[in-house]
Amino acid sequence: MSRIGILQIISFFIYLFYQVLILKNIVLFHSAFCFLYIAYLLLLPVETNPLFLMFMGFVMGFAVDVFYDSLGLHALACVFVMYVRNYWLNLLTPQGGYDTSAVPSLSMNGMQWFVVYAIPIVFLHHAILFFTEAGGFGLFWFTMLKIFVSTLFTVLAILIAQFLFPYRRRL
Amino acid sequence: MERLFYFLYRYRAFFTFLLLEVFCAWLIIENNQYQGAKFFNSSNSFVAGLNSFSQDVREYFLLRETNRMLAEENAALRNTLDQRTQVLNSTGITHPVDSSIIKRFSYVSAKVVNNSVHRFTNFLTIDKGSNEGLESGMAVINGAGIVGKIKTVSKHYSVVTSVLNKDVMISALLKSSGYYGTIQWDGYNPDIVQFKFIPRHVKPVVGDTIVTSGYNAVFPPGLMIGIIADVHLPDEALFYDLNVKLSQDFRRLAYVEVVKSNLKVEQDSLEQTIEVLNR
Repeated sequence: MSRIGILQIISFFIYLFYQVLILKNIVLFHSAFCFLYIAYLLLLPVETNPLFLMFMGFVMGFAVDVFYDSLGLHALACVFVMYVRNYWLNLLTPQGGYDTSAVPSLSMNGMQWFVVYAIPIVFLHHAILFFTEAGGFGLFWFTMLKIFVSTLFTVLAILIAQFLFPYRRRL
Repeated sequence: MERLFYFLYRYRAFFTFLLLEVFCAWLIIENNQYQGAKFFNSSNSFVAGLNSFSQDVREYFLLRETNRMLAEENAALRNTLDQRTQVLNSTGITHPVDSSIIKRFSYVSAKVVNNSVHRFTNFLTIDKGSNEGLESGMAVINGAGIVGKIKTVSKHYSVVTSVLNKDVMISALLKSSGYYGTIQWDGYNPDIVQFKFIPRHVKPVVGDTIVTSGYNAVFPPGLMIGIIADVHLPDEALFYDLNVKLSQDFRRLAYVEVVKSNLKVEQDSLEQTIEVLNR
């Protein structure tokens, strides 16, 4: 087990427990949720095998689901987002391509690139999550409001976390 | 055959994706049913242990409010007891007619260790389980009104489907006129639930009390649910749109009581006999 692998496992548990013990209690205005745990999935290295990505998405989503009593809900959204992630990264390839073992973080390509990378993925995740939870499009506008506000909140939290704990190149 | 394997191998990412998504969808559907997966929920002792630690921390900030509520409930209970004794004394009845009717419901007190109000389907976890004789389907109440129904139990914990859950329907009664309908939450506001199926000719007014009807033997009859906050009768509609302000503040739930209905089996089997006869 390499050093990077151990660090990844530790950060997995930090994100998970931070989400289910602290952020679970923070809901602003009865509609803005913060799902910071997807930052862990967003920040997996660029060259990760897509099968492994989806597997990690499933494990993370499932673990969060057990605490939220919503079995399968977060897992569904996470697996979907992880499937899309690599295609999205390919579209956003910066000039000269990615370095080997590059991590798609704020410190790699700067604020603008990271926001463009993160917002659609977070939005997609929240859209799948809230519409599945609502069981269809019955409460369309209320659900849309929840999605928009929560996307804003989550992206803000991810950015703050990136500034507080900048992801160093670990080789 | 070889080409088939090559095809599968080439699109392995997509097929894994499909497999995982189907599995997740199956989990969601399975878990939405009345009794879902038994193990992977917050009544699992590791998860519930962590949750109860987190609740212990949170509780310190709510102590004052919880104390006030418990004291108020105590006072109300003492009042009722006092009135009951006086009535009994004045009428001269000293022993009840049928003890099994008197002992129809028994109560188990439990602490809430996990709670949510912001989702469309909300659940709470309490710290009593099958060791205390709890089973799925039992009613959960507290001093202010109804809370929900037990979904699954483990040894020391149970998960309760809260009234604030889009899939839960509860039979309820307009206390003033005795008409009955159904309570269901629409997912918007955790203070307001909808009271459905009250026909046009009834005249409900703002401030009317809604209580449980006791028709399904789960909730004891006459338990407070809330008061009508807003009456709306669309033209050409068969039923009223009634918004009910819950008497219970679900955001501050700390202690609840589980109702064990001792005659439920008897009532259910009797009703089943009739269904069989009618067939």
